[in-house]
Amino acid sequence: MISEAARADIDRWVEKYPEEQKQSAVMAALRIVQDENGGSITTEMMDEVAAYLDMPPINVYEVATFYSMYEHKPVGKHKLCVCTNISCMLRNSKGVVDHLQEKLDIGFGEVTEDGMFSLKEVECLGACVNAPVMQVGEHYHEQLNPEKIDRLLDELRQES
Amino acid sequence: MANQVCFRNNHLENSWTLAAYQSSGGYEAVKKILSEKTSPEELIDEIKLSALRGRGGAGFPTGLKWSFMPRNAPGQKYIVCNSDEGEPGTCKDRDILRYNPHQLIEGMLIAGYCIGASAGYNYIRGEFWEPYSRFEVALEEARAAGLLGDNILDSGFDFQLHSHLGAGAYVCGEETALLNSIEGKKGQPRFKPPFPAGFGLYGRPTTINNTESLASIPVILSKGGQWFLDQGLPNAGGEKLFSVSGHVNRPGNYEVPMGTPFSELLEMAGGVRDGHQLKAVIPGGSSTPVVPGDQMMGINMDYDSIASAGSMLGAGSVIVMDETTCMPRVLARLAYFYYEESCGQCTPCREGTGWLSRVTQRIEDGNGAQADIDLLDSVAGNIEGNTICALGDAAAMPVRSFLKHYRDEFQHHIDHKQCMVTSDW
Ligand SMILES: Cc1cc2nc3c(=O)[nH]c(=O)nc-3n(C[C@H](O)[C@H](O)[C@H](O)COP(=O)(O)O)c2cc1C
Ligand code: SF4
Ligand code: FES
Repeated sequence: MISEAARADIDRWVEKYPEEQKQSAVMAALRIVQDENGGSITTEMMDEVAAYLDMPPINVYEVATFYSMYEHKPVGKHKLCVCTNISCMLRNSKGVVDHLQEKLDIGFGEVTEDGMFSLKEVECLGACVNAPVMQVGEHYHEQLNPEKIDRLLDELRQES
Repeated sequence: MANQVCFRNNHLENSWTLAAYQSSGGYEAVKKILSEKTSPEELIDEIKLSALRGRGGAGFPTGLKWSFMPRNAPGQKYIVCNSDEGEPGTCKDRDILRYNPHQLIEGMLIAGYCIGASAGYNYIRGEFWEPYSRFEVALEEARAAGLLGDNILDSGFDFQLHSHLGAGAYVCGEETALLNSIEGKKGQPRFKPPFPAGFGLYGRPTTINNTESLASIPVILSKGGQWFLDQGLPNAGGEKLFSVSGHVNRPGNYEVPMGTPFSELLEMAGGVRDGHQLKAVIPGGSSTPVVPGDQMMGINMDYDSIASAGSMLGAGSVIVMDETTCMPRVLARLAYFYYEESCGQCTPCREGTGWLSRVTQRIEDGNGAQADIDLLDSVAGNIEGNTICALGDAAAMPVRSFLKHYRDEFQHHIDHKQCMVTSDW
C-alpha cells in the first residue's frame, strides 16, 4: 500500500499538471514510492501507482524501466553512483572506482553483505568541471580522491 | 569582460535569493514590460536584434523561434525550459539553477508573455536534486512576492511555473522526448513535423528553450538587444558559458564573449595541467567532433570559427585532453554512452550504437581486426541522417572525427594490441 505520506507527496505533483493529465505525475510517484521502499520498486508497487494515477499498468512499467534512476532489484542503503564518462575519466574516475571496489569488496551492480552500500556506474552527472564526481542519494560529491572517499564512507556508515 | 549575463550575480552573497537578485535590478525587466504593456512583437524584435542563439546545442536564433508561436491562437500554450543537461562535458545550467534561479524564472515569465503562454515547466534532470531544491525555493519566493501566479502585479497577466524532475535519460534532453517525459511517458523523441510550436506539450503550441537561453533574456531586455549583440559577434551575440573540463589546471564554468580565442579560454582555466601538453579538444560536448590541439589554438569560441575546424560550438562544453590521452580508449567510452542512451526506436541508432560500442571496445582491448576501422566508418555512415532524432548523429560524429585525426592510434592498437601512450588515469 502507498503510505499516507507518499500519497500526499504524489498529490502535490498531480496538482502541477492540468486536471486531465494526472499521468504526468508518474515519474515523481515512482521516485516517491521507491524512496519509501529503501531504493527499489516492485511490480506490486508499480501496479499501485497505476491504480492511483488511473493509468494502465503497462504504461507505468514502461516508464519504470526506461529511466535509469529506478531500480528493480534491491540496492544498498547508500547507492554510490560513480560517473565514468569522459570528463571524469580524464580525471581518473578509474581510480575512484578501483578504490571503492577495493574498500567495499563489491563490483558494479552489487550490494555489500551488510546491505549498507551498492555501487553503480552512471553516465555524465552534469558536474564535469568538478570531476571526478559521484552521486549518493540527493547529494553530489565532487573532486573525489581516496581520502575524500574514505571520509565519506565513514560518514555514511555513522549516519546509519 | 566576463560574467555579465547568467553569472552576473554569482559574486553576491546568497546570490540565489530573491533579495540578492532584486538588489541587482532583478525582476525590473518584467515589471517594466507588464506596467508599460510592451507589445510581444517589440520584445521579440529586441531579442532578434541581440542575436541570441539557443544555448542548448543547436544554436537556433531564440527570437526567431519565439516568432513561430501562434501567440494569439485560443487555448493553452506552454513555455518549457530544458534543464536536462546530460551531454557529457556540460555542466553550466546546473550553476544557473544553483546560483541565479530567479533570473531563469524572470526569463521564463517574459518568454511566456511573448509567446502567449500562461504556464511553463522547467524540466530538471533527476540527478539534480540540490539544484532542483534551490529552484523550488526560488519559485516559492517568487509566488509569495506576487511575481508568479494569477494577475501578476495587477497586470492581468497570469503565469504558473512548475518544475518537473527527470529520472535519468540523456535522450530526454531532446526536446520532443522531453515533452513526452513531462506527459508521463517513456522519453522517446517524436517525429517532426509536427513541430512543438504547433503540436507540443499535451498537443498544445509549445516553445522549448535551454536554461541559459532563457536566463539570458532579462539581461537582454534591460540592457538592450544592441548591448548584447555588441558583446559577441554579428551572428552570435552575447557572452556565453563555457564549461572547461578535463586536463586543465582550473576546470570551471567561464562566461566570456562569443568569439573569445580558445587560447584565452584555456588560459583562464589555468592552462593544460602542469607538465603536460595539449593534445586534443572536444569543443562543444561529447557529440561534437574532436579537434587536434594545435589547430584548436588558432580557433575562436564561436559557431563559424569552430565550424572552420570541422566541429561545432554545441553547448560550449570544452573537453581538454593532454598527451597522456589514449584516443581509442576515450572513443570507446563515448561510444558506450550513446549505446547505453539510445532510446531504441530507430534501427540504425539502436543497432548501430551497439556495433560502435563493441567494435571500439575490442580495438581498445587489443582484440581489433584490420577490417574494424572501416567497419566503424561504415556503421557511422549508416546512422548519419537516418534517424528520428540527433542522438544517432551525435553517436556517429565522434567516431568519424576520432578516426580522421587519430587513425594511427587505432592502427597501433590493432597492430600491437596495446596503447601508443601511457597515462596516469
Ligand atoms: C540527444 C539530445 C540531447 C539533448 N540534450 C539537451 C540538453 O540536455 N539541454 C538542452 O538545452 N538541449 C538539449 N538538446 C537540444 C534540444 O533538443 C533543443 O534543441 C534545445 O533545448 C532548444 O533550446 P535552445 O534553442 O534554447 O538551445 C538535446 C538534443 C538531443 C538530440
Ligand atoms: S536516433 Fe536513437 S535516440 Fe533518437 S529516436 Fe532514434 S533510436 Fe531514439
Ligand atoms: S563526465 Fe562525469 S560529471 Fe560529466
